[in-house]
Amino acid sequence: MIKVNNLHKSFNDLEVLSGITEEIDEGEVVVVIGPSGSGKSTFLRCLNLLETPDDGEVFIDGEQINLPGVDVDRLRQKMGMVFQHFNLFPHLTVLENITLAPVKLNKMTPEQANDKAMKLLERVGLTEKANDYPASLSGGQKQRIAIARALAMEPEILLFDEPTSALDPEMVGEVLDVMKKLAKDGMTMVVVTHEMGFAREVGTRLLFIDEGKVLEKGTPDEVLNHPREERTIAFLSKVLI
Amino acid sequence: MSWSETFQRCFINEDRYKLLLSGIGVTIKVSLLAIVIGIAIGFLIALCNLSKKKPLKVIGKVYTDVIRGTPSVTQLMIIYFVIFATINWSKWIIAAIAFGINSGAYVSEIIRAGILSIDRGQTEAGRSLGLNAKQTMLYIVVPQAVKNIFPAMGNEFITLIKETAIVGYVGLMDIQKAGDFIKSATYEAFMPLVGTAIIYFVMIKLLTIALGKYEAHLRKSEVR
Repeated sequence: MIKVNNLHKSFNDLEVLSGITEEIDEGEVVVVIGPSGSGKSTFLRCLNLLETPDDGEVFIDGEQINLPGVDVDRLRQKMGMVFQHFNLFPHLTVLENITLAPVKLNKMTPEQANDKAMKLLERVGLTEKANDYPASLSGGQKQRIAIARALAMEPEILLFDEPTSALDPEMVGEVLDVMKKLAKDGMTMVVVTHEMGFAREVGTRLLFIDEGKVLEKGTPDEVLNHPREERTIAFLSKVLI
Repeated sequence: MSWSETFQRCFINEDRYKLLLSGIGVTIKVSLLAIVIGIAIGFLIALCNLSKKKPLKVIGKVYTDVIRGTPSVTQLMIIYFVIFATINWSKWIIAAIAFGINSGAYVSEIIRAGILSIDRGQTEAGRSLGLNAKQTMLYIVVPQAVKNIFPAMGNEFITLIKETAIVGYVGLMDIQKAGDFIKSATYEAFMPLVGTAIIYFVMIKLLTIALGKYEAHLRKSEVR
């Protein structure tokens, strides 16, 4: 479903990705872990071309997307993204946040989009907030709305960029619960996170990225309980209690 | 001569108050049209300045540089006596175009700053949903920028209204010119000029109140 080949990306002189090759299949929940600045977020952002790779190829459903002339907007409709800082639209109500893209992109009529949005709000447990503005929501609620917003476009893949890192600890659970439900429903997900519990419980596969390379990968049990690489061991000893 | 006699002579005799009334009309007409033209030009120039394309950037830069680097009265006279010399449009429309062109340069900087003040994450969120650059700008960035730039924009309108007091240079009878005319006709300086000042002040005060009310309305989504 997603295939990346020899991905390279530098910011000025700093090489952030130095050759990542990876394949992600339908229904997989791939959890990307690694130290800060290791390139894991950049890797994720290259998948929907929020960052343009300097070198290498990205394929979605067999179609290479990082070529000039490719309709990136159409491809992005297949891939939802959830951000660390939610990025809800503050000038729109919760309902409008969710319906904006499907309506403006002529995917749904306003009525269909509203119905869909209410169903999604039910799924994330926030129907009563439909007409509120984002400023009145807690961090956890904002992130659940952001997930509903991404789902409104009925994407095939969801990308999560540290979705719980900006949350107060007591709100992490509610967001992870929504993500777990999605995983159980068979959504293809790529999740950059520091939540090792989530990685262990939900991940079908783990990637440990350090210094722009996938250093180690495997099932959660393999990577978390039996790491082979020294740097993985060092990293895990710091994050696991 | 008593105050009331002077007042009588300055404003009532020979229906001189009518000069001021029609002057108010001229000032409002010119200002309103100039504001509309200024916003349109300002938005286009702001997009030029924010564009990644070199020629557009140059156009934006030269425009702002030239307009900000020359006095508005010079610009008004060049536009009226040179550029529109052979075109037979109403004086007030030509004057409004001149002030609009001038205001556009300042408005473009306000809009540019407003657009840049919106967090990059907003654009990324829009684009990640599949909206194109134009849709993201239109539905996500601009509505938020409008709120941020509103106070600066109000300031610009106020400056613009006062700036129009130079339209006398191209023969338009606005508030300022009417006051000046009364001064010459009556040999009274105090009352016509202070009267002129009071008229401007009241107009701008009313505008300020209206802008404040509208700003509060715009900010309603931020109330917790």
